[in-house]
Amino acid sequence: MARFLARRLLNYVVLLFVAVTAAYFLAATQLHPRQLYEVSNPPISEASINKSLDAYNLNDHEPVIDRYFDWLGDVVHGDWGNAPKGGSVNDEISARIWVSLRLVTIGSVFGVILGVILGAWTATRQYKLSDRITTFWSLIIISTPILVIAVVLKLLATKFNQFFDSGFFEFTGETGRHAPGRLNAWGDRFQHLLLPTVALALAGIATYSRIQRNIMLDTLGADYVRTAQAKGLTRRQAVFKHALRTALIPTGTYFAFTIALLFIGAAITETIFSWRGMGVYGVSTISGQDTNGVVAVVAFTGVCVLIGGFLSDVFVAILDPRVRQ
Amino acid sequence: MTEFVASEARLQAEMEAESRLEAGTLQRPADGATPDDADPAKRLSRKRLIFRRFKRNRSAVVGVFIYGFLIVFAFFGSHLTKWSYSEIHRRHYLENPSWSHWFGTTQAGRDVLAMTVHGLQKSMLIGMAVALFSTTIAAVVGSFAAYFGGFIERTSLWVIDLLLVLPSFLLIAIVMTGRGASGGGVWPLIILITLFNWMLSARVVRSLTQSIKDRDYVRAAKYMGVRGPTIVFRHIIPNISSLLIIDATLNVAAAVLAETTLSFFGFGIQSPDTSLGTLIADGQTKVTTFPWIFAAPSVFLVLMVVAVNFIGDGLRDALDPNSLASGKAA
Repeated sequence: MARFLARRLLNYVVLLFVAVTAAYFLAATQLHPRQLYEVSNPPISEASINKSLDAYNLNDHEPVIDRYFDWLGDVVHGDWGNAPKGGSVNDEISARIWVSLRLVTIGSVFGVILGVILGAWTATRQYKLSDRITTFWSLIIISTPILVIAVVLKLLATKFNQFFDSGFFEFTGETGRHAPGRLNAWGDRFQHLLLPTVALALAGIATYSRIQRNIMLDTLGADYVRTAQAKGLTRRQAVFKHALRTALIPTGTYFAFTIALLFIGAAITETIFSWRGMGVYGVSTISGQDTNGVVAVVAFTGVCVLIGGFLSDVFVAILDPRVRQ
Repeated sequence: MTEFVASEARLQAEMEAESRLEAGTLQRPADGATPDDADPAKRLSRKRLIFRRFKRNRSAVVGVFIYGFLIVFAFFGSHLTKWSYSEIHRRHYLENPSWSHWFGTTQAGRDVLAMTVHGLQKSMLIGMAVALFSTTIAAVVGSFAAYFGGFIERTSLWVIDLLLVLPSFLLIAIVMTGRGASGGGVWPLIILITLFNWMLSARVVRSLTQSIKDRDYVRAAKYMGVRGPTIVFRHIIPNISSLLIIDATLNVAAAVLAETTLSFFGFGIQSPDTSLGTLIADGQTKVTTFPWIFAAPSVFLVLMVVAVNFIGDGLRDALDPNSLASGKAA
């Protein structure tokens, strides 16, 4: 077992290394940090541009393979390099991870819990009115890109604020001005979190309720649920102990797999509500011709995907007794 | 819940298919024949049966009508307005919807209706082309990997894993940025989105192929001396066609959302060309004061994805006979 896990882990590490290397070569050849210096006014002499670019290992006059090994040497020592105009990639990422974590945690937890409850409930009421309404709306919400959901929420909140002449809904950044005191500080954070959380949770509820409903429909009809009832369990007990538990396995796998991706997956929510998280960083590194930055984000995502894959294995092992043995 | 490629629906569908395959509830594609025990008086061809089942699903039929309407709108909608999408109506900036501009105008004085029609056309082209290409790749790679096994299988699985680890959105954005302002055309986008879109489906195709490659008809063909690739194309792929059809439908939605997200961040279609994504990006900055720029493209985008998802759902119910959602077959 341990040997199997070790081999799997080794495979993951190789995979990650190849992926990040490929991303480095792609970014180093496609992005042009030189442009940032060339457009500056008053113009900078070529020699000093080269000097600045050399300092950050971004000079495209140097062969890309040499740059790659310089970069790799630094990465081995834990230094992911600098942005084209200075600024450490490490600093940016270490600050932004926490912003992303604060942004996505509550929304995704609410999304999965409410989604699973709703999905399981509607599955037991298949084709009744409540099921039809929920199914219809979850399809509509799944089909609505989060950029539309987020903007509509923002629009509604603005109208609410204007109508009641209040400042209840906040939609820029993590914190704002507030009265002194710890309680007020927490309240302020809550106000800023509210809208992005609702946006993320809505998407989550819709997605998970559909997954849960469809899988639950399969398990509800399974023989072991009927057997459980024949043994004398009530319908309710059979549904909770047998149907729901089995149906949680695929949902859990999916959740574990996507939770890690949320870190950089919330770029749109971050942009619309002006949070400075990892997703926005990924986007801004590319438009800012920041080779080192974007490769670091790619590496971070890769680690997230692999952790997600690992987490989903663990989750299956917890819920599925067949795997444990 | 990854916004980046916005492929939730597809990922979800793939995982569902896999879990049901494991649970043994997803009926493996049969030989395309009607059941032997069917009452001869009521025997229907498989096509008619599927059509009937699909027709009974009201939302799926609505989806077809919406999609049909959108196609007509995308290709003939430009006749509804005398403005072209790139034309600037001087001194008519940020105008309310009116008789001369049904959906209003943008800050530059461009007609929102004409831009929406143009963007919709782009999105539909991208959606259909990506769906066609990536489902084809998935079918070929997945079935070859499972049928031949060994080195081919290991290599393709490794490539699939590699592409799944790489964040597709960032890589597409890097390439599009590298191509500069001139490179933001539709075809580069179609190719790039396809390149990062086929892997999950290929995995499902592989597991389905594994379950049918030991069927009698495949073995018979093999012992008759039919070459491997011919067996795959003639006997395996046609027998997983129901999965492929559903997959292609869901890919349309995934591709449209990917394009919108890329264009929203300025990595997709470049101005002065217009897509739904660029229009939404433009509109969302002034949504509180000039909501119509945001409203028109969003409504059409949502309509399109809703229609595709409704159709996909209906197809799944009609093609998967064991799905409880389909009710009783007629």
